[in-house]
Amino acid sequence: MPATTARKAGKRSVSKAKKVVRKVLSRTKIGKKAPHNESATVGRSASYKRSGKWAVKAKNKGKFPVVKAPAKKEEAKTKAPRFYAAEDVPKPFNRRNVVKPAKLRDSITPGTVLILLAGRFRGKRVVFLKQLPSGLLMVTGPYKVNGVPIRRVNQAFVIATTTKVDVTGVDVAKFDDAYFAKAAVKKSKNADEFFATAKPTEELSPARKADQKAVDSKILAAVKKQEFLKPYLNSRFSLSKGQNPHAMVF
Amino acid sequence: QAHTPGSRAIIAMSEGKRLVETGRVCLCNYGANLGKLVVIINVVDGRRVLVDGPNADPKKAVKRQIMPLARLSLTTIKCDIMPGARINTLTKAMKAADVVGKWNAGSWAKGMAKKEAKASMGDFDRFKMMVARKTRAKAVNKAMKKMVKK
Repeated sequence: MPATTARKAGKRSVSKAKKVVRKVLSRTKIGKKAPHNESATVGRSASYKRSGKWAVKAKNKGKFPVVKAPAKKEEAKTKAPRFYAAEDVPKPFNRRNVVKPAKLRDSITPGTVLILLAGRFRGKRVVFLKQLPSGLLMVTGPYKVNGVPIRRVNQAFVIATTTKVDVTGVDVAKFDDAYFAKAAVKKSKNADEFFATAKPTEELSPARKADQKAVDSKILAAVKKQEFLKPYLNSRFSLSKGQNPHAMVF
Repeated sequence: QAHTPGSRAIIAMSEGKRLVETGRVCLCNYGANLGKLVVIINVVDGRRVLVDGPNADPKKAVKRQIMPLARLSLTTIKCDIMPGARINTLTKAMKAADVVGKWNAGSWAKGMAKKEAKASMGDFDRFKMMVARKTRAKAVNKAMKKMVKK
C-alpha cells in the first residue's frame, strides 16, 4: 500500500477527526479504482478501509448514523367499486410529450408578405404581424386592400416572400389565441331551432371592426409608400406552366 | 497544301475557330467552378489542360489546377502569355488584353446575366414584370390600332 501522507499546509486548526480522515484518505485512495496490477482479492480490513465506512463512523462519533424509518401513513379506507368492467379496459400510456409551438421560420419577420396556400383566402398575399402563443401566425390583408381580416394562419400553409412592409408602430400586443377563438355554440334542445335551415349569422362586433381599423391604418400607409404593392397584395398567386415552386425565389 | 502548325493556326483564326492553346480564355461549364473564367496555362494531353483563373473577387477566382477540357467552354478571347506563366504574369497579361472587359461586353456574358436575373426574381418582382409587360402591350396595341385605322 502506498504510504504517501500528504500534509496539507495551513490546515492545523482542523479537528482531530478530520485530520485522521484526510490522512487515511490519502493513503487508501477512497473513491478511486484499485490499480489494475493489484490483486483482485483484498483482505477484509483493507476492503473495509477502502470502503470508507470508518470515515462515516468517525464523522458520527464512533457509530453508524441511525436513520429512522418514515412513519407509515394510515391508508384511506376505500369502498368497493359499484361497477366492474366485463373486459379489461386498456390503460392509456403515460404521455410526457409537451407540444411546443412551431418554430417560426427565419424568413418570416413582422411585416413579411406571405402567400396563403390553403383556406378561404388561398393565393392571397397578406402581411404577417406576429406569432401567437399557439404557434399560429397572425396576419392581416390589410382588409381594405384584399378583404383578408386579422386572422390566424398556420405556418405550414404559407409561403414567405422576400417582400417586407414596414409595420413598426402597429400595436398587436393585445391579440392572442383567446381573441380569435370561436364562440361556443349552444346546443339547442328545441326541435324547431335544430331543424331551422337559416342559421342566425352573427354580426361582427364593433370592437372587432375597430381593432381591424386600428391595426390596418399604419400598414395601409406603409403599403402606399411602395409602388405597385397595393395591387400586388390584392392579386392572387397562381402557378403557370413551366413554373416550379422548388426552383423559384419568392 | 502542306499545313504546318503555324499555318493551321492562322487559318483557324481567320475562320474564327477557337483553339486550345496557351492563353485561351475559357468558361467553366461544370462542377464547383461553374460560370468562372479561366485561362489555359499549358496543355497536359489531349483531354486535359492546366488552367488558372485569377480574380480580385475570391468567389470568382479559380486556383491553378488541371481541368479536363470537357469542363471548359472555349471563348474567342485570348491573352498573350508563355506556357507555364505564373499568376502575376498572368494577371498582367489579362489586364493588358482586357479579358474581363471583353467578356462582359460580349453577348454570351450578357445572356448569362439576364438568365440569372430572371431566376433570382422574387414574387413581387414577377408581379411588377407582369404589370410592365401588360402596360407595354397595351401601348403597343393602341398604336397598332391607330396605324391600322389609317
